[in-house]
Amino acid sequence: MSILVNKDTKVIVQGFTGKEGSFHAEQCIAYGTKIVGGVTPNKGGQEHLGLPVFNTVKDAVETTGATVSMIFVPPAFVADAVMEAAAAGITLAVVITEGAPVRDMQAAKAFAVKHGMMTIGPNCPGIITAEECKIGIMPGSIFKKGHVGLISKSGTLTYEGANQVCREGFGITTAVGIGGDPIIGLSYKQLLKMFQEDEDTHAIVMIGEIGGDLEIQAAHYIKENITKPVVAFIAGQTAPAGKRMGHAGAIISGSAGTAKEKMDALEAAGVRVVVSPAEIGKAIKEVLSK
Amino acid sequence: MNIHEYQAKQIFAKYGVPTPRGIIANTPEQAVANAHELGGEVWVVKAQIHAGGRGLGGGVKLARSIDEVKKLASEILGMTLVTHQTGPEGKLVQKVYIEEGANIVDELYLGVVLDRAKEMPVIMASTEGGMDIETVAHNTPEKIIKIAVDPSIGFQGFHGRELVFGLGITDPQEQNKLIKFAKALYTLYIENDAEMIEINPLIKTGSGDFMALDGKMGFDDSALGRHPDIEAMRDISEEDADEREASQYGLSYISLDGEIGCMVNGAGLAMGTMDTINYMGGTPANFLDVGGKANAETVAKGFEIILKNPKVKAIFVNIFGGIVRCDRIANGILEATKLVDVHVPVIVRLDGTNAIEAAEILRNANIPNVIAATDLADGAAKAVAAAKGE
Repeated sequence: MSILVNKDTKVIVQGFTGKEGSFHAEQCIAYGTKIVGGVTPNKGGQEHLGLPVFNTVKDAVETTGATVSMIFVPPAFVADAVMEAAAAGITLAVVITEGAPVRDMQAAKAFAVKHGMMTIGPNCPGIITAEECKIGIMPGSIFKKGHVGLISKSGTLTYEGANQVCREGFGITTAVGIGGDPIIGLSYKQLLKMFQEDEDTHAIVMIGEIGGDLEIQAAHYIKENITKPVVAFIAGQTAPAGKRMGHAGAIISGSAGTAKEKMDALEAAGVRVVVSPAEIGKAIKEVLSK
Repeated sequence: MNIHEYQAKQIFAKYGVPTPRGIIANTPEQAVANAHELGGEVWVVKAQIHAGGRGLGGGVKLARSIDEVKKLASEILGMTLVTHQTGPEGKLVQKVYIEEGANIVDELYLGVVLDRAKEMPVIMASTEGGMDIETVAHNTPEKIIKIAVDPSIGFQGFHGRELVFGLGITDPQEQNKLIKFAKALYTLYIENDAEMIEINPLIKTGSGDFMALDGKMGFDDSALGRHPDIEAMRDISEEDADEREASQYGLSYISLDGEIGCMVNGAGLAMGTMDTINYMGGTPANFLDVGGKANAETVAKGFEIILKNPKVKAIFVNIFGGIVRCDRIANGILEATKLVDVHVPVIVRLDGTNAIEAAEILRNANIPNVIAATDLADGAAKAVAAAKGE
């Protein structure tokens, strides 16, 4: 079991024939992901990586039966691509692109929600169900099959966390990089619920960072609804206020969005909070050995 | 990206948001000429820097004569203004805005920001104008009105009514003026991809008009590509020179106060590395994300920028190699140490794809001040020890 995607998930790639899209689609195929085609306007009818190219998402969905789209288009076209996927009946869009304008994402997300499409990202490494399906840019080899679900705003901290969990001998069910932008698709809350309901997931790692209040919302949700052990790390305890720390959304505004307030809220919700990402693996071992 | 008050007011004027008349000056002579052109008997001389709290810091002064305009402009131009937002080093004032005096009978607060939880812009207003809004929000949260506006419907009549009744404005003419004001502000927020607008104070004049006495605006960096007119307002002198240089090489750099330089791939891991150093008793000297393409050139540039800071006693290179293989990064680091004279211990932790080969490369190279680490905790511990001279 896993959440959202598995070995049977049919995936298309928007921005399929571009440099990034091609490179990562190839890596995903090598991992075992069922990529069934891609979309690049004006290249419909051609073949790329041995797969059909379509002019529109609608054509791709009708012909291939794909339900998930991995999006690699340039930032200015992200909103258009997300809305096209939603209108064509895609149920999950995974947006890798960094640098999409906030106003665009606001509109695209509202449209996606209206059409019942879930979105992961933007500005994220994607989603991976270990040893079954990788939709994104993460190094597949570090994700061994196991029983820990992982949710993270940061790409490299996803790898760091998953690597430690696997080295401790536990492995991953599904890992989701939700992205570091001010407005993102799926957030901790929805994914925590999915992991709670997934029988194969025995514990959850949640990695957050400064900025916004998604981690606080998650803490409230965990307190009421999550019975599985949760280990959390919040990046940016040493970050200065008012500075954007790499990610568009990673900024302490005034006195809001600090690591401390998030760590306190999570601790109050019974979460095992670690102060360094180097402790994630050990903490998982502890909570699962209880 | 942020802009100056005088630039924000240029945008306000374009959208019909009333402001006092004013003209920007680079010299005391220009300031005098501007005061003459504006006429009247009272002027305000306002330092233009990208930080709030200018008044308390002595950067905003009232002049009651042309001579006083000249005197104040001479004092303020070239001063290093320290406010609660500039940090102790302060900011050099290079421009002053000369503005006509206003007849103030009441001071309000009005702003527009993105509410990340609601995922839409929210109009914030308060009767407590002229105060630090963070303080108002903390001490008397009931005095702040928040009105979320869904961009798919835009600013409607009911938003305006919520605003004026919330602020206790009862005169129908005043109500209409303020609603028009807020609607224009919302429109310019959306049309310019602003991230935040703050007018503090928004004043009511003796004649019952509303005016933006101050104006602060920040923009979504990701959207600047479609706003060349806003991009043209960028003031490079307001930005940190090292941060700017780093960004030209695709590096995201922010300087901090500590002793251990950090070079990391990925923003989250970069913050996590700083946190780990701190946890182990050290102090991070900077945030530096080299991005997904750490190679010899970017690593060399990273070393160069980190080493500009004389406080740095050790550097911790923490890379989790994903698609980019660690062995290639190891070679990049070796090349970089040839390009830049790295005179402090460099602790290198390479994990992920081909980490074992990478460790081998570093070992064989046998560079005296390059120390290999096995994981994040080990690397941070070694960096902290090295910075302490152990």
